[in-house]
Amino acid sequence: MLQVDRLVAGYEPGLPIVRGASIQVVRGEIVAVLGPNGAGKSTLIKAIAGLVRVESGEVRFDGQDLRRLPAHRLVRAGLAFVPQTENVFANLTIQENLELAGFFLGRRRCQERVGAMFELFPDLARQRTLPAGRLSGGQRQMLAVARALLVEPGMIMLDEPSAGLSPRLVAEVFAKLAEVRAEGTTILMVEQNVKAALALADRAYVLAEGRERLSGRAAELASHGDLASLFLGGAGR
Amino acid sequence: MILQQLADGLILGSIIALGAIGLTLTYAILRFANFAHGEFLTFGAYLALLALGQFQALSTATFGPLSFGWPLLASLAVAILATAGLALLLDRLLFARLGRAGVAIAVVMGSFGAALALRNLLFFAFGGEPQYYSRAIQIALPLLPRSVLGGVRVTPDQLAVLGITVLLVIAMHLFLARATLGRAMRAVAHNPQLATVTGIDVAAVVRWTWIIGAGLAAVAGVFAGLTVQIRPTMGLDLLLPLFAAVILGGIGSPLGAVLGGLIVGIAESLAVPLVGAEYRAAVAFLLLILILLVRPTGLFGERG
Repeated sequence: MLQVDRLVAGYEPGLPIVRGASIQVVRGEIVAVLGPNGAGKSTLIKAIAGLVRVESGEVRFDGQDLRRLPAHRLVRAGLAFVPQTENVFANLTIQENLELAGFFLGRRRCQERVGAMFELFPDLARQRTLPAGRLSGGQRQMLAVARALLVEPGMIMLDEPSAGLSPRLVAEVFAKLAEVRAEGTTILMVEQNVKAALALADRAYVLAEGRERLSGRAAELASHGDLASLFLGGAGR
Repeated sequence: MILQQLADGLILGSIIALGAIGLTLTYAILRFANFAHGEFLTFGAYLALLALGQFQALSTATFGPLSFGWPLLASLAVAILATAGLALLLDRLLFARLGRAGVAIAVVMGSFGAALALRNLLFFAFGGEPQYYSRAIQIALPLLPRSVLGGVRVTPDQLAVLGITVLLVIAMHLFLARATLGRAMRAVAHNPQLATVTGIDVAAVVRWTWIIGAGLAAVAGVFAGLTVQIRPTMGLDLLLPLFAAVILGGIGSPLGAVLGGLIVGIAESLAVPLVGAEYRAAVAFLLLILILLVRPTGLFGERG
């Protein structure tokens, strides 16, 4: 479904942060991208989302070359992205956040989808007229996921969905992500919380210095001997 | 006397408010203080004057007691479109290029330069003498008798300006609250990157911001020309009150800009008997300093 080949990307020309990373996501999977701070995980996911300059390499989604697509067209192509922080419009209400996400669906379809999201996230439905800026961290993350799911994307990418959340909220968010996958949405997520991510994901990649160093089934990676050394700054095998 | 000053201040404030809505939108969405915004008002006023010369050849009829008729309204439409075009051209030639360099102050200084160039272009084309849409003398109508705090008299044109401004402000409020483009503008103002991943074409929103901001500035310019006079420096004279209104209302808040505009207009008008007409502009400056000291985020601005 998503194929990333030898991707080189960064914020400044000639100073790549992602240095030849390759990952693959198959339809229906949950894939986690793990790695220590500065490994280039967030840059990788932002480069796929079209928000960071790509110097070379390929990004294909359902056979479509994403490098040729403006970033704002990705969501219409079926690929939604949930940023790590500031992932809701704090100055808009919950309902306005959702309605804005579905603006290109047409009024009737958009309202149907907003209703569906309120069914999936009843906590948001109860506070629909509240400005998103007044939500707690966990509620914001739920709204951000709902905003991404509203357009029924084939795949959603999440940048550290557990960032800044208490363990209880992380469990809640990850349980919701499992529900989302059960409904048929493919998930690619970047995570710092290795334990929680590997418990949820089918497969995982471990990035270090801008490239994938380890990959495999999540259950196998959890007990892999090189995992700890990569997080502690080792180069792995 | 005090009621008359309040009425005068309300009319001046409504013109400032219209200009300030556009300025606050460009400030919030484009993230720079556009010092050429005053020149959009001036250009709007002069473009309408040019168009009026053509339309008046077709009809000179006026609406009842007003000094203008369809020709000025048609000229206003031309001025709105042409001023929006000027703003888009400036963005393409100057602001967008400077913005890509990533140095915010370069864009601000660029707007200073653009303001100077535009103002002097108008001096060159039209001279410095004041001009008018109509030379007809308007009789001010008594709204309140002299026995009530000195009474209030306003011209039919002033009432029309006030009425149209109220309609435009309501329309803008509904547009930003309910229309998809309005919400997209609020979204881009808050977080352009999140807006992009939500599927919003930020470049298109930026273009519409210029069109709406410059269009409203043109209306403000025509109204200033209609109720006072048309001069190449009219935008420069209104620039400080515009910024005071935007900062008083809270950057990015159109309703705040309207309230700020009315407060600045009324404060300037009330100050005339106290400090004299020649120092009225200082009132906007004092208000600006006071706001920045007491509440830098303005009345409706977001904190933090």
